Amino acid sequence: MTDAADKTPARPEKPKKKLTRRELERRRVLLRSIGAGFAALAAGLVGLYPVITRIFDRLRPPGAIPEDDFLAACIKCGQCVQVCPVKAIKLGDGDEGYGLGVPYIDARAQACDFSCDAVQCVLACPTGALTHDIAHKEEVTMGFARLARPEACLAMKGQGFQGLARGPDFKGLLRYAEIDRWVPQPVASHPYDLEICDLCVRECPIENAISLAPMSDDPADKRRMPVVHDACVGCGTCEMMCPAEPAAIVIDPAIVLES
Amino acid sequence: MRWFLHKLAMMFGAEPRKAGPEEETDAAREMKVFKKTKPEVEKRKALIADEHAHPVVSRKWRNRRWASIIIINGLFIVSYAWDVQLVEGSLSASRFLGFHMADPNAALQVFLAFREVVLNLVIGTVTVVALWWIVGGRAFCSWACPYHLLAEWAEAIHLWLHAKGWVKDHPFHRGLRLVLWVVFMLLAFLTGYTVFEYINPVGIVSRALIYGPTVAVIWVIFLLGIEIFFSRRFWCRYVCPIGLTYGITGAVAPVQVKYDLSKCLHEGECRKVCLVPHVLEITKMGYASDTTEFIGPDCTRCGLCIDACPQDALSFTVRGLDKIV
Repeated sequence: MTDAADKTPARPEKPKKKLTRRELERRRVLLRSIGAGFAALAAGLVGLYPVITRIFDRLRPPGAIPEDDFLAACIKCGQCVQVCPVKAIKLGDGDEGYGLGVPYIDARAQACDFSCDAVQCVLACPTGALTHDIAHKEEVTMGFARLARPEACLAMKGQGFQGLARGPDFKGLLRYAEIDRWVPQPVASHPYDLEICDLCVRECPIENAISLAPMSDDPADKRRMPVVHDACVGCGTCEMMCPAEPAAIVIDPAIVLES
Repeated sequence: MRWFLHKLAMMFGAEPRKAGPEEETDAAREMKVFKKTKPEVEKRKALIADEHAHPVVSRKWRNRRWASIIIINGLFIVSYAWDVQLVEGSLSASRFLGFHMADPNAALQVFLAFREVVLNLVIGTVTVVALWWIVGGRAFCSWACPYHLLAEWAEAIHLWLHAKGWVKDHPFHRGLRLVLWVVFMLLAFLTGYTVFEYINPVGIVSRALIYGPTVAVIWVIFLLGIEIFFSRRFWCRYVCPIGLTYGITGAVAPVQVKYDLSKCLHEGECRKVCLVPHVLEITKMGYASDTTEFIGPDCTRCGLCIDACPQDALSFTVRGLDKIV
């Protein structure tokens, strides 16, 4: 500091001293920048954890390519969300890692019932994350239905079902073609009176995907077991409609049959 | 040409500098000498004193720009909320009246992660690049980006706290943005995930506006907190790869902010309000290379400097149009 106070301008120490101070600040800026760079990198890599550990086993919309490719190809724009007539598609949040902004279907809350007829979400996708190879609902392979809780299944207990499948407060929609082919109706507006509960079979939008099989040769035995066939595309309508709580039948996104 | 390359290098993080003797035009050299003559200095002093006596505050371009950001993002929101199908999607990719649009940075990430060229995405990217090239590349930042608007409000709070002496601005090296751009592109290619999209506040804000709030918004609030309390415009200045992508896009854009050396009083009002003040170093006494010159690639065409300049030394112009008309 004594040099800085010195008034002679030609002294070599003086510019040197100035330079050091500036260089100190430069070094600070540089270190700070390196720190920020690593922090940004770390923040970006946090998203890897939920993806690798597969915390979320999401049911992806129709036409979704295999999960890792799907996360890569999806540009996170939500156009598929916008075209879905039953609003079945939701976007992942920050806790899903690289699944942030990536579409999924919570079938229990709102299944994909193919109210749109021709996989609108696939047509909306700008990146091919939902592959355009698909043109019909029968070609979809989102997952596969599985009787996860047979002990809860009303049909397997030989029981019928009266009333609203999911109660009066349920927000989900379903295409009831006999009421209105074009406007999906609230499930809560449609009471049932069934001798044997066959909601999963009755409302399945895919032909020959699921059926009820008798559980014994005795014709008096009313018990029936839901049997899922290869035609199942994993749309989740059975999971949404199942009156058992939680659902007796669920969609397994992992199981994808080769057609 | 060399001077332009210097401006390009500044966008990638190079330090601003004076125009060298071989980069300076004769007219500029003469004007600089003339501006240093005693009567000119006196004249400038009088003009500055007059400015301070009668301050004029203009918000013209800022207001237009805020309206633009609100309208563009509003169209996305309204389009989905009322199902009018005008612009479907979000800022990362959309259809405008059925035409594909794609954010070039997000599209690049998808190309690298997915390792497949998708035709719709190419069409969308080319459309967007062409549109934003006309108005100046980074014009996207200040005229469309919703995070930019939030950051401007955060900046206002930062400056207020700064004036009170409660916070200090901590600058970073501007080269950080280029490094992170390369790192995130490499990560997309190596991991096969669009890693940057996970921390991209533009996508998060855009989706939150259209599809409803998400937990991810906390990250955006955290970034705004950094900008308020630690470093002025941290994300836009030193990090955002989208800004760099758009900057490259509009490196030689038709719409430019033009600097007029003869009108400039070298007060530095423009540099005080600028998001990227290094591009305005040419307004320092003796720094310019020509009597009139374009600000250059990193400029976001936000117009704050035009509003701030009391002498109209800065103005919007379309490259070459003044020669034709």
